[in-house]
Amino acid sequence: MGLFVTCLVDLFRPNVGFAAIKLLEDAGCAVSVPETQTCCGQPAYNSGDAPDARDIARQVIAAFEEFDYVVGPSGSCMGMIRTHYPQMFPTDAIWRGRADRVAEKSYELFSFLRDVLGVDDIDARFEETVTYHDSCSGLRELGVKVQPRALLEKVGGLSLKEMTESEVCCGFGGTFCVKYPKISERMVADKVQCITESGATTLLGGDLGCLLNMAGRLKREQSPVKVYHAAEVLAGLTDVPPIGDPE
Amino acid sequence: MQSRAHEFKQRSQAALLDPELKRAMGKAKGGFQQKRRIAIDALPEFEALRHAAREIKEHTLHHLDYYLERYEQAVHATGGQVHWASTTEEAREIILKICRDAGARRVTKGKSMVGEEMAINEALEQSGFEPVETDLGEYIIQLANEPPSHIIAPAVHKTKNQITDLFHAHHQKYGLTDRVTEVAAIVNEARTVLREKFLSADVGITGANFLIAETGSSIIVTNEGNGDLTNTLPRVHIVTAGIEKVIPTLEDVSTILRLLARSATGQEMSVYTTFSTGPKRSGDLDGPGEYHVVLLDNGRSQMLGNEFHEMLRCIRCGACMNHCPVYQSVGGHAYGWVYPGPMGSVLTPLMVGLDKSFDLPNACTLNGRCKEVCPMSIPLPDMLRKLRERGHEQRLSPPRVRVGLRLWAYFAKRPKLYRLATRMGMAVLGRLGRRRGRFRRLPFAGGWTDARDLPAPHGVTFQAALKARGVRK
Repeated sequence: MGLFVTCLVDLFRPNVGFAAIKLLEDAGCAVSVPETQTCCGQPAYNSGDAPDARDIARQVIAAFEEFDYVVGPSGSCMGMIRTHYPQMFPTDAIWRGRADRVAEKSYELFSFLRDVLGVDDIDARFEETVTYHDSCSGLRELGVKVQPRALLEKVGGLSLKEMTESEVCCGFGGTFCVKYPKISERMVADKVQCITESGATTLLGGDLGCLLNMAGRLKREQSPVKVYHAAEVLAGLTDVPPIGDPE
Repeated sequence: MQSRAHEFKQRSQAALLDPELKRAMGKAKGGFQQKRRIAIDALPEFEALRHAAREIKEHTLHHLDYYLERYEQAVHATGGQVHWASTTEEAREIILKICRDAGARRVTKGKSMVGEEMAINEALEQSGFEPVETDLGEYIIQLANEPPSHIIAPAVHKTKNQITDLFHAHHQKYGLTDRVTEVAAIVNEARTVLREKFLSADVGITGANFLIAETGSSIIVTNEGNGDLTNTLPRVHIVTAGIEKVIPTLEDVSTILRLLARSATGQEMSVYTTFSTGPKRSGDLDGPGEYHVVLLDNGRSQMLGNEFHEMLRCIRCGACMNHCPVYQSVGGHAYGWVYPGPMGSVLTPLMVGLDKSFDLPNACTLNGRCKEVCPMSIPLPDMLRKLRERGHEQRLSPPRVRVGLRLWAYFAKRPKLYRLATRMGMAVLGRLGRRRGRFRRLPFAGGWTDARDLPAPHGVTFQAALKARGVRK
């Protein structure tokens, strides 16, 4: 299978990529990482730049169509590939077909592990009380909700404490957060309040964009809450500093 | 209504600094969301109804000309008149003429968003009539001289204290000099003032939630009964509605009614569902002598034929804004025109022009919650994205954004170059940020770092690290 690393993991937090590889290999997958991937194209697509988004989609499709499965540690990017790529070529039957075929075999990491592979065994320990943020695209485009929780349940020492409004957007929204920083600030501040009130010591999620946003705000408010991508916890790769914390 | 949607950025920033607004919105949000949730959980056939309602609306929209003509014939058969208005100017003129011909002075109004589109209150005032809003929320904002900030809860942005102050300032002339602070007393005071207005009104104007093609009836759903007093007591009743409000049959409307109140306020049905069909007949005990319907297009027929036609399914329940974190943060006035929130961010550009409302479809995280709760399954995020595409094609986005996007796309389409550039860039950022683990300030990243720290990258990209491990391609 092909790992779609996502641009943010590639640039900001390689550990999430290695965690994804470990989880997939432990489940018996042969993982490849095509070098011709950069980004899924959402910054262009969601900014209304359809031509550039299509070019980037073609690049991703070409890089991944040879695999049996395409998996990535992000509901947002995989939602883009799975639900939006097929809509991007309405008048181009050939690319429409190629997009459909890649879309059908593309999965967000946790839903792939649970729904496709039926993974039930997680060999990791994490002695923390965690709370989980449901990132919007994964939740609403791909139905990622129970899968990460089912996997986290298997982690030794971990206890999950749900926050209120875990399904409300954190205010990241890709370029939204820099185009409308004041609105984004209110949203992420509201989110941080929910996280804090949950009493959890660690925040987990499945999308690095949202996690960078929430970690950045937690740090700005000098919160002691630690932030990890859930894949890092599941893979037992938590020996690196939490997101936004010093070495 | 004059659009100020082009001022979204300034207006939203001002709204974010308003503590009263924050209090009012925080109070309303939980109620709307929770009540809707409970109502829908108690209705196992919700999804089936949603599907049926969508089919009814799609069918009607595909044959809209036919159903509008049938509706007009049915209204004629009951003795009413139908007036067609392409623009808000035409609609205003029609209504003013009806009021003049009736020799009217006082005009009571039920809630009508189409009335807001055409700014009918201002037009009536300028022509010497006295318009009186009779929905409590609308009455409050009429006193405050403000537009509605929500399509079903027009004064949702007001706190109780603000309403006490408003009533105290405006009701002294009626001899009501006490400061009323309890909710029941506030409502009673409005009732006392409005009762006299109802009894002395010459014309009543209401909106319409639905128009029934088979019977020529118009339907309003209300919770206060003010709509009934508006459409039965005056000599003349004027119904204002957009052309998309027509539904084929009573049977059809009963399907959609089951979704409307549940989605809006979490009620199974609103307190009043009022059907009005034509003027008073001989033998009727009450009802208006004249019955007029003003049907407004205002851009709707354009939408009918293009990629935004699904927006015409909207039944104005407000669920999208009740669940929109952006709307909940900035309130309805920030959007600058009649319709706020997600549905407004689609409608406003289509009705007043994208060049005058560019921010609206862009100021959204595309989190999809609006689509999830929409009883008519309108793909709001997809429509907002389509408007962004139009904006991009028309070069409406700020030059800085366009240049940034083009630069990013140039690299993103060239993987080798991208790899080289990102490897160098991340190495620099990683070295700078390693000690603290994050940046409090970063040049060219003010949009990010004004609101939150930027977690520092590791310094080595995943692709480079993978290569260094020499594992696989």
